[in-house]
Amino acid sequence: MASKPIYEYDGKKLIASELPKYFPEFKYHGKLAVLTPETDIDKLAKELPWLKTDKLVAKPDQLFGKRGKANLLLLDADLKQLKAFAAEKLNRKFEISGKKGTLTRLLVEPFIPHDTEYYISITSDRDSDIVHFSLEGGIFVEENWDKVTHIPIPFDADINSFDFTSKLPKTGENSEMLISFIKGLLHVYQDQDFTFLEINPFAITKQKEIIPLDLKSRLDNTAYFLHSNTWNNSDNPVEFPGGFGQELTKEEEYIDELDSKTGASLKFKLLNPDGRIWTLLSGGGASVIFTDTIADLGFGKELANYGEYSGNPSREYTELYAEAIIDLMTKNPAPKNKSKYLFIAGGIANFTNVKATFLGIVSVFRKKVDQLKKAKVKIYVRRGGPYEKEGLQLMKDIGKELDLPIEVYDRYTPLTRIVPIAMKGDN
Amino acid sequence: MEDYELFNEKTRAIIYGFQTRAIQRMIDFDYVCKREKPSVAAVIRPTQNDSVAYHKVFFGVSEIIIPVYKSLEMATRNHPEADVMVNFASFRSSFETSKEALESETIRTVAIIAEGIPERQSRILGKIARERNKMIIGPATVGGIRAGAFKIGNTAGTIENVVLSKLYRPGSVGFVSKSGGMSNEMNFMIAQNSDGIYESIAIGGDRYPGASLIDHLLRYEQNPKIKMLVCLGEIGGTDEYKIVEAIKDGKIKKPIVIWVTGTAASILPKGLQFGHAGAMAGSDLETADAKNKALKEVGAIVPKTYDELGNKIKETFEKLKVEGKIDPVKEFEPPKMPMDFAQAVKEGLVRRPTDVVCTISDDRGDVPTYNKKGLDEIIKENRSLGYIIGMLWCKRELPEYASNYIEMVVKLTAEHGPAVSGAHNAIITARAGKDLMSSLATGILTIGPRFGGAISDGAKYFRMAKDTGKTPSEFINYMKRVEKKNIPGIGHRIKSVQNPDVRVTLLKKFVIENFPKHPYLDYALEVEKLTTSKRNNLILNVDGCIGICFLDLLENADFSAEEKQDIIDSEALNGLFVLGRSIGMMGHIFDQKRQRSRLYRQPWDEILYD
Repeated sequence: MASKPIYEYDGKKLIASELPKYFPEFKYHGKLAVLTPETDIDKLAKELPWLKTDKLVAKPDQLFGKRGKANLLLLDADLKQLKAFAAEKLNRKFEISGKKGTLTRLLVEPFIPHDTEYYISITSDRDSDIVHFSLEGGIFVEENWDKVTHIPIPFDADINSFDFTSKLPKTGENSEMLISFIKGLLHVYQDQDFTFLEINPFAITKQKEIIPLDLKSRLDNTAYFLHSNTWNNSDNPVEFPGGFGQELTKEEEYIDELDSKTGASLKFKLLNPDGRIWTLLSGGGASVIFTDTIADLGFGKELANYGEYSGNPSREYTELYAEAIIDLMTKNPAPKNKSKYLFIAGGIANFTNVKATFLGIVSVFRKKVDQLKKAKVKIYVRRGGPYEKEGLQLMKDIGKELDLPIEVYDRYTPLTRIVPIAMKGDN
Repeated sequence: MEDYELFNEKTRAIIYGFQTRAIQRMIDFDYVCKREKPSVAAVIRPTQNDSVAYHKVFFGVSEIIIPVYKSLEMATRNHPEADVMVNFASFRSSFETSKEALESETIRTVAIIAEGIPERQSRILGKIARERNKMIIGPATVGGIRAGAFKIGNTAGTIENVVLSKLYRPGSVGFVSKSGGMSNEMNFMIAQNSDGIYESIAIGGDRYPGASLIDHLLRYEQNPKIKMLVCLGEIGGTDEYKIVEAIKDGKIKKPIVIWVTGTAASILPKGLQFGHAGAMAGSDLETADAKNKALKEVGAIVPKTYDELGNKIKETFEKLKVEGKIDPVKEFEPPKMPMDFAQAVKEGLVRRPTDVVCTISDDRGDVPTYNKKGLDEIIKENRSLGYIIGMLWCKRELPEYASNYIEMVVKLTAEHGPAVSGAHNAIITARAGKDLMSSLATGILTIGPRFGGAISDGAKYFRMAKDTGKTPSEFINYMKRVEKKNIPGIGHRIKSVQNPDVRVTLLKKFVIENFPKHPYLDYALEVEKLTTSKRNNLILNVDGCIGICFLDLLENADFSAEEKQDIIDSEALNGLFVLGRSIGMMGHIFDQKRQRSRLYRQPWDEILYD
């Protein structure tokens, strides 16, 4: 997966270390501290004395915005006020844009008094990197989107000689500095494989220093192997956290870890642990289509997980993957007079060995047969590809052997048809 | 080839990466398509030492060789006709190798298989391709196929699937999707609902594929052999709107059946990453529903759900057929794919006589066995060397006293000074600067009737004498008058009754104390009584004693007469001497090498020149 958001803290650190290479006038204070529920603030203040001397700002650093509106912003405070704020907010549950989550990270910086708030962001498309700039930054930028100037720069153009001056709005005495800043930022964006970078707002102090106030960014994490000197250094690599309220479950973490160990792909996202429809799907494309069909037929609320395995995982990895999912789905019994459904489906594989992957799943059935029966799981299989006959036969045989309700369909039944077949009797 | 074509039945490809299975599958496809020449011209394996090597593959029933080059430069120079490169390089190195291919003069299409190539690198590759009027398929794809002509790597899976999906001959449908896995599913669905695929391309699931859906659809539009288009789009990105524009502008006139997947996104958590890196809606415009709606509005044939897609393809195709727009397919029976021998064996379809029979060991399982007993058990039971010899030479678990006897023989025969012929030869050869194996071999080659041979000869004559019921004095007379030779195993140069050989004393003691019975030794001792009465050095010597006591070992260990005969005939006794003495000879060889001894030359004064 390519484009991933990073913490504001990490984004600012990266800008602080890289931007001066292109924009030496960038005198960013670099004073950044992260508070978690475990942080001993007094101890931290010994390491970072500015926490005692400067006026401070504190805000959540968990990939969500509109923090002022949610009353999660502390401005112009001293250390004592910061401690009180942290004690009040950290480890508490909040609902942000409909997502419930626990606040576990606060970013603390010096408070910078300023008059004007500027807006800048950089995005990309196939041919260009696009600089979006506005003299009116801050929380109202979206409402004033028509005042934003968009400047596409071919991604392989020479940034230094690119004419920003004629394209930017009149910025008066700061013009030269702003253009150097934009050019530097674009260099860093390209060098470091950002896929999105937004500083909204940034301020220019009386000392003519540019200070990024709020920063949001995404990195292309597939480029990790190019950045062992910066954000993927082995001592302190940048984190790719899940969104607020999307902390990974134990099983998601486990499958992520499996995924990282194999050349194949193993993905799992728990949507609704109480859902009755569980899936073991093969392939990035087929898994989407299958999930669509469940939703189209009105069973979206019952859908327990999204996921896929592909790229010819070994029997062993398929077994571990299937076992984690079957354990989860059989943890709780089905509601009274209802069944649970397990769909094992995929298109006609190009090279994934159907027999080998099904051998993995079958051995989970053998291990978990009592659990599956207790949770009243009905199993539907549809698959094609190398060794499909043998693979599908395995499924038929295990159903008989263990007396499990397994229905098996081959390539002549369209991929998603097993959903209406299975759900016909459900109410 | 026309501009709108990427491949035809003459297309040849260079494969980057030593992907033997994918290569074989490509050539198997060529065979069922009845291509004249296989589609793989060359392979590049940058890790090999030689600048060129050769790889054998099957083309039908016969084998052909494909050159394997160290560099792309060599491959393109030697195969200028190859205009496709299938790049299996990993995500780390795919950028450099793809770039080199795009910048070459001869390569026109590059299929990039690797998943996880940084987006910026993909964008650079895409731009180079556009500037040089070249085509990229991928990254993160299985590739594509032109039915009956050419297939990329693992596309379309097995040959069974190729046949079931009728990909061995062209139909009338041009298909393009992002997903490689789904392209194979769709190839089959299209074959079920029309006359089949003409060309099918999976552009890959990344955010920045080298070429997008519209690029291929416009090619298909231009190709008069393609009568209808099928496309599978995906949530995320805005590529599908280019299709909307093309339909609106009349650039796409052929009927197009299209479905954009990811309609479930609205009920899933916001920002959930679907299977493909590019599959995430960044704005409302990028949702599947919005795209399906926009496509339908401009006249594309959009089903209500994916489940209906097959029916829509069928309807569209039947309509074209009624309108007389479909040319009949040149159908033929694809040649049957010869089954690989290994597979045929697995399915019990063929058998073949073996050439070698082995009854003493098996190295195929998890644990190697000696005479059917696992090596792990043998080690766990702390078995002796004599036990191993019993298992491997006599195929018996010998009783402990017998194993110990054999081990004792190995110890007693291990070494007997540097002057004997075996040691002497080994020393001379080692000093001539030869290696261990050669030096040891020269030593072993002296073992025979005169050196070490008394062991088996002694056993041979004493066994004959006792088994034919000769009394000791009859035996002595027989040897003197009939065989006309000294009795092997009797007599010593120095040792005598008064000055016995300690080795013989030890052997006799061990056998008498440990063997349940020892008739041959008893018989030999009777013979010795008579011979020593004639001369006191005509004692049972160590060679004779070893051989004769070995006969007693066989007596005790319950071998049949035939088995005993086999063991003796197969030179097991010489074997014991070779085994034991090799230890000593190697000792001499190491000794000489350690001393850096120089070439041995026999002094003149030891030679009589006549």
